[in-house]
Amino acid sequence: MSATDIHDPNRRDFLYVATGMAAVVGAGAVAWPFIDQMRPDASTLALASVEVDVSSLQPGSSLIVKWRGKPVVVRNRTEKEMKDGETVNLSDLKDPIARNANLPSDAPATDANRTTPGKEAWMVMVQVCTHLGCIPLGQEGDFGGWFCPCHGSQYDTAGRIRKGPAPENMAIPVFKFISDTKILIG
Amino acid sequence: MSEGHSTYTPKTGIERWFDARMPLPRLIYDSFVAYPVPRNLNYMWTFGGILSIMLVAQILTGIVLAMHYTSDTNLAFDSVEKIMRDVNSGWLLRYLHSNGASFFFVAVYIHIFRGLFYGSYKAPRELLWILGCIIYLLMMATGFMGYVLPWGQMSFWGATVITGFFSAIPLVGNWIQQLLLGGFAVDDPTLNRFFALHYLLPFMIAGVVVLHIWALHVVGQSNPTGIEVKSKTDTVAFTPYATIKDAFGMIVFLFVFAYFVFYLPNYLGHPDNYTVANPLKTPAHIVPEWYFLPFYAILRAITFNVGPINSKLGGVLCMFGAIAMLFLVPWLDTSKVRSAVYRPWYKLFFWLFVADAILLGWLGSQPAEGSYVFMAQMATLFYFAFFLIIMPVLGLIETPRRLPNSITEAVLEKNKGGGGHPAGATAAPETKG
Repeated sequence: MSATDIHDPNRRDFLYVATGMAAVVGAGAVAWPFIDQMRPDASTLALASVEVDVSSLQPGSSLIVKWRGKPVVVRNRTEKEMKDGETVNLSDLKDPIARNANLPSDAPATDANRTTPGKEAWMVMVQVCTHLGCIPLGQEGDFGGWFCPCHGSQYDTAGRIRKGPAPENMAIPVFKFISDTKILIG
Repeated sequence: MSEGHSTYTPKTGIERWFDARMPLPRLIYDSFVAYPVPRNLNYMWTFGGILSIMLVAQILTGIVLAMHYTSDTNLAFDSVEKIMRDVNSGWLLRYLHSNGASFFFVAVYIHIFRGLFYGSYKAPRELLWILGCIIYLLMMATGFMGYVLPWGQMSFWGATVITGFFSAIPLVGNWIQQLLLGGFAVDDPTLNRFFALHYLLPFMIAGVVVLHIWALHVVGQSNPTGIEVKSKTDTVAFTPYATIKDAFGMIVFLFVFAYFVFYLPNYLGHPDNYTVANPLKTPAHIVPEWYFLPFYAILRAITFNVGPINSKLGGVLCMFGAIAMLFLVPWLDTSKVRSAVYRPWYKLFFWLFVADAILLGWLGSQPAEGSYVFMAQMATLFYFAFFLIIMPVLGLIETPRRLPNSITEAVLEKNKGGGGHPAGATAAPETKG
């Protein structure tokens, strides 16, 4: 049967390959909706903005609002906390990037880049540990910032990761001051 | 059933009728009555049967619990409390199910350590072992999702942490995490899909169990000597010998299980799970169910970056790697001798490994700070060294003790040496005390 082993591709070969390809594409097309249905649905994706009144926040106090199912902390930092954040050497940081959605994605993680110009006392931050998503406790740990009780990650007063398993600084969402006492998040 | 043909002879007309059309009675007879088992099996070999009965019990209690449970984040916690207070016998069914999961894992860990001690994974039982590892993985997924359903604080935060593992994957991690959660955080879509999957997976486990038993019946059971069955005198019939021994093992096991269900029903759980889930507050100290603690300790032990791998990805890789080690065991162990009974050094390291696994479990329940972190790092190091260094190297350098020629010889030798009775002592019943 060596004659059939070394023949040019004929019509039947083409039909085999074409049928096989159609079956693969068809199987993929059928499988996709089954995977796709698991993604966040339209109501979850609908972008929500939250307006927060921060007039009651004295230095050293914070409040938490829920945004996209996650807690966002607004903290009016004390003088000492700001100073602690500013005096940190950038080379001591585990994650040197600001992770601030209001700035370019490569902005360095200086204390100023973690806040917004003119409002350096204010930290607005998604208070979710970048390790595995726990909520860190405020004003605890070796650096006086945040401490995650789950796996021991420690953040400084600007929410930057300093110690423990978390890889990144806590995220800063898109936000702006719409007046002296009101913040719009999202 | 590797060697030997069927010895089933249909006796009645109905049996002959079935045998000619669908020989199910023949399959049952050959698998559970005439099936030859090594004559020296000890009680460590009863856990396969115990696991089967636990799987059936979990499916039965689970199905009736599902008739009263509601997988909606606003109702789930209350529906579980309703099962506890209002549903007739609901408290019993729920405690059977939640403690049943724990005892399922107790049995599976004994079963796995039995396999590691007696070298049950060695050729020709590699596939049998791997099918067992797959069952174990499915059990972990099922146990994890089941723990989320009561929608307590530990449910919620356990789900957050474990789905967070996937965000460690470079590039596609966040996409996969959102695919699993159906949102940006654990919420209603997550609870609904976990309930659907928690109902599905036990039946997949049952399917793999069938394959596991099929593979077992092809290669035959291993035994404490690790020597293959060589002649008919090495074996006894499954019924009555193994059936009765398995039944006694089950009774003792279920006795301990019942003690927990009736007297310590919440001992293995966590009090925080009786607080309804709160997405804005993490409990001060998150711990998973006890059967995940060793892997949890390994996850937390990686607090440092290694080259391009950050600590988060490293921890997740080590945790999954710790489970992956089990799959590789048949090829990591280079020794020609199966059973640790004849391997003095392996036996020592095996017990050190057991101690290490228990130590990791304890460390997983402690907060991740201070000296606990260093201890977890050392214990993790030993865990991987056991599989990747000790297993392969020991097989090459260790001198095993002399193996008996057959199972029969091993049994007779033991009776002679251990009991002080001559082999024919039973022939003289009047001398028995």
